[in-house]
Amino acid sequence: MSIASEGLSSSAQTDKTDARLEPSMASVGDYIALMKPRVMSLVVFTALVGLVVAPGQLHPVIGFTALLCIAVGAGAAGALNMWYDADVDAMMTRTARRPIPAGRIAPGEALGFGVTLAAFSIVILGLLVSWLAAALLAFTIFFYAVVYTMWLKRTTPQNIVIGGAAGALPPVIGWAAATGAVGIEAILMFLIIFFWTPPHFWALSLYRTSDYARAGIPMLPVVAGEKETRRQILLYSVVLAPVGTAPWLLGYAGSLYGVSAIVAGLLMIGFAVRVRLARDNAALEQAARHLFAYSILYLFLLFATLLVTHGLGSSFGRFGG
Amino acid sequence: MQQRENGIVLTEEQKRRRRARSLAIALALAILVVLFYVVTLIKGPGLLNRPL
Repeated sequence: MSIASEGLSSSAQTDKTDARLEPSMASVGDYIALMKPRVMSLVVFTALVGLVVAPGQLHPVIGFTALLCIAVGAGAAGALNMWYDADVDAMMTRTARRPIPAGRIAPGEALGFGVTLAAFSIVILGLLVSWLAAALLAFTIFFYAVVYTMWLKRTTPQNIVIGGAAGALPPVIGWAAATGAVGIEAILMFLIIFFWTPPHFWALSLYRTSDYARAGIPMLPVVAGEKETRRQILLYSVVLAPVGTAPWLLGYAGSLYGVSAIVAGLLMIGFAVRVRLARDNAALEQAARHLFAYSILYLFLLFATLLVTHGLGSSFGRFGG
Repeated sequence: MQQRENGIVLTEEQKRRRRARSLAIALALAILVVLFYVVTLIKGPGLLNRPL
């Protein structure tokens, strides 16, 4: 399986083989870790917003079922990602303690777990909620596990730009689950997450460059250098800020959302400018860490405001019958 | 793991973890059964009439 397998020492490979023959030592927590719960929480939140903001009637139990399937589908994608990336994960400080590189779960177990969860989540979403939503979930899992993980991640510095589409789809799936269609608002939410992804991940990669370089992952700072990465972060942030206001500009969200998006977008650009202008390594690392942390808050703020201003007013009535 | 003539013998820790995994699978299956039951009650005959 690629780059890092070749890098594993023969003793490590022997250990790995032995581990496969031994009874599993995996705990329930290890399987939960395979599902990347932190990523899953963001997926569930953005899907919830897509679900609630969408027009039409939806029974709360059906909405819960949709969210459960989307969460499990995201977990399946995470498990498949960890199965394929176990070799590079073992080389990176941030990921070396994950269940597979740490030897607590065998690669085959993770693969079986991921495929089973993917199949169940897609079929149940289709049977109980909507086949369009199920098809979008299947596409998302495929895009993340195959297109991003197996292809883009190890071949191009644009990996997280294109791969970001997978992370941007959950609100569209939520919308499709509620309406059986895909609306413009859902596409706007997709675009917000799509343009948010590069500055978010490149900020992280700026202070994890040596990790990525050691693992042979062609992240932008590794391939094009810090200077170009900082320039691209600023460019994407400048694009993201107006895209973030688009739901308000196009009349899909209220003025509270508009003001929030403008202020949050300006702050995002401000943090990106700090990264761009940092003079030394210490200042750059600090600025990159701040941008990374703020970018999470930015996305949460936008979607939470969308939920409050656009969703709750009508959805209380909707969910309440 | 202790290897004996009659095959693999699990350690107490391995047994404990296997039991926890089995309980988690049982819980997941129970949730699935309840989910299908409740959704069938909610949708009734409409369960077969799904939007694409």
